[in-house]
Amino acid sequence: MTYDITVTAKDGQTQTFSVELSRAKDSDKLICRVNGEEFNPGLDSQNPERDVLSVLVGSRSYEIHRDGSNGEMQIQVGGTRYTVEVRDPRSLKARRAKAGATDGPKKISAPMPGKVVRIISPAGTEVEAGQGVIVIEAMKMQNELKSPKKGIVKKIMVAEGATVNAGDALAIIE
Amino acid sequence: MFKKILIANRGEIAVRIIRACRELGIASVAVYSDVDRNALHVRKADEAYAIGPAAARESYLNLEKILAVAKKSGADAVHPGYGFLSENAAFAEACDKAGVKFIGPTAAAMNIMGSKTSARRAMEAAGVPFVPGSSKGLTLDEAASVSEKVGYPVMLKAAAGGGGKGMRLVASAAELKSAYEGASSEAARAFNSGEVYIEKYIDRPRHIEVQVFGDEHGNVVYLGERECSVQRRHQKVIEEAPSPIVDAEMRSKMGATAVQVAKAAGYTNAGTVEFLVDAQKNFYFLEMNTRLQVEHPVTELVTGLDLVHLQIQVAAGKKLPFKQEDVVLRGHAIECRIYAEDPDNNFFPSPGKITRLMTPSGPGIREDSGVYEGWNVPLDYDPMLSKLIAYAPTREMAIGRMLRALDEYFVAGIKTNLALFRKILRDADFCAARIDTGYLERLLSARSKTLPSSADDLKIAAVAAAIFAMNGSGTNGAAAAKNGTQSSANENGAWKKTARQEALR
Repeated sequence: MTYDITVTAKDGQTQTFSVELSRAKDSDKLICRVNGEEFNPGLDSQNPERDVLSVLVGSRSYEIHRDGSNGEMQIQVGGTRYTVEVRDPRSLKARRAKAGATDGPKKISAPMPGKVVRIISPAGTEVEAGQGVIVIEAMKMQNELKSPKKGIVKKIMVAEGATVNAGDALAIIE
Repeated sequence: MFKKILIANRGEIAVRIIRACRELGIASVAVYSDVDRNALHVRKADEAYAIGPAAARESYLNLEKILAVAKKSGADAVHPGYGFLSENAAFAEACDKAGVKFIGPTAAAMNIMGSKTSARRAMEAAGVPFVPGSSKGLTLDEAASVSEKVGYPVMLKAAAGGGGKGMRLVASAAELKSAYEGASSEAARAFNSGEVYIEKYIDRPRHIEVQVFGDEHGNVVYLGERECSVQRRHQKVIEEAPSPIVDAEMRSKMGATAVQVAKAAGYTNAGTVEFLVDAQKNFYFLEMNTRLQVEHPVTELVTGLDLVHLQIQVAAGKKLPFKQEDVVLRGHAIECRIYAEDPDNNFFPSPGKITRLMTPSGPGIREDSGVYEGWNVPLDYDPMLSKLIAYAPTREMAIGRMLRALDEYFVAGIKTNLALFRKILRDADFCAARIDTGYLERLLSARSKTLPSSADDLKIAAVAAAIFAMNGSGTNGAAAAKNGTQSSANENGAWKKTARQEALR
């Protein structure tokens, strides 16, 4: 299996790797190539607990945690978190994403449970990328959700005052 | 001794108090709102009663409902925890009338400390040091002479105000007139009163507080201090005991003053006297908190006492079981308040379901938590999840221990401020104890925001992501089991895991 993986660190550093994985014959070990180069002297990965990997690169040991909730994957190596995006180059979705991230309709979803306090840009409004569309409130704090792209607000799926859950689709920008 | 205690609170502090009750062989009664049926404190208690909707004023702040539960359950005492009804004198009085002991100070003592002006009057009479200035509204001429007397820079403050409105920093006499007029008119617009008073401006003050304890037989002791200068928007973030700048002489002076404050108010049970401390180590009375504090564990660790046990014993009429000279501080303790909030998004609260929770253990680590894996953090209350406390012989070792524990801590599903603590505890100024109440805001606005990441770790993160992707796209490890790499470690289930964790506490 080959994956294109983009890793973003908290300091903004971003790097994309092509990771090729296959299982070695007669052993649990993985054969892993990163950008065409084989990991030397081999890679031993175990999944001892849910969302936890124990990875040995040679004798160097890494404890790795995964947070795959809220629509994005985060990988924690030691105490440091990275946001990762995994694309299988063979999938249609990945090829589409590559063609241009701002093509097609984009949805705005609730990053946390809360209450819709205001709709700034009702359906039909022209918006710039980064322009506020909906304000939601949780724990007495208000958060403005912004348009991911330049376009027109196609649809608002919630009414002011509605209670929403994390991940709920709130609006479509086309 | 009491037979049954009602805990009028939720979250970690309710669990903390229930544990103390269990240790003392006292039955515990929990109360819960509609969104807290599955909260940890409900299942840890011996009895639990529903008290209504999520909104605090209809449940945890509703004294009639709580007193009705006290009556129904036959509780003979109420512990209010912190927040909610803990500093509500009317509640303490209502408990008294209902014949249920309120575990805390009397309503009268709370009333004295509850209002800034009455507290100041009582404390001035007792000779407690305040930030120099005037205690009443001033004319411009009076303001000039007071400023001259206390020395510039000074702060002009609205007598009726708060929240920064009607406040001006005045660096010299030349600026006084325009600042006075500005502050006064701003105060008039905001509070319908243009009255302003003057306080000496204290540059980069520290917030240091003294734990006091009084019994109902006239004994009051102090249990050392806590350094709480690491704050964000007046909310404490890290607390430690002892304060790195307080020596034995200063401690006994501050302690004696704190005891004086408590005695002047006829104070009983646990309380905290807060001081502002300037660069010359002068300390000034700020206010008294008439409750058990969030950060009480750091005092417990360095004194070896259990403050909740003490609260219960003192409320039951017992004498303090030790004298001032028996109180000895040993080692250093640091507490991190772990919140469900996103430090990368202006500390916005991040309620929701905790999908994965792995907590640290090992030497010198204590965690007072109110959450568990699978718990849905409600959006209706304070987003504090837990308090992580490290204890070690020295401050330096306590910092190292806390950093180690933070690396063992993993929370998925919601955002937390864990990364913020790593940053603070690695900061050179924090490690050298060069901290004041403005320290954290300066650290957060400083340019170099995070540690540079190593290229190797980036690559390992990518490989790990690929392995997770290959093992299966679900967030549970079920798909991975097919590949034969899954051990049976996670098949024991949360039930056994919790039991094991509890056994370790």
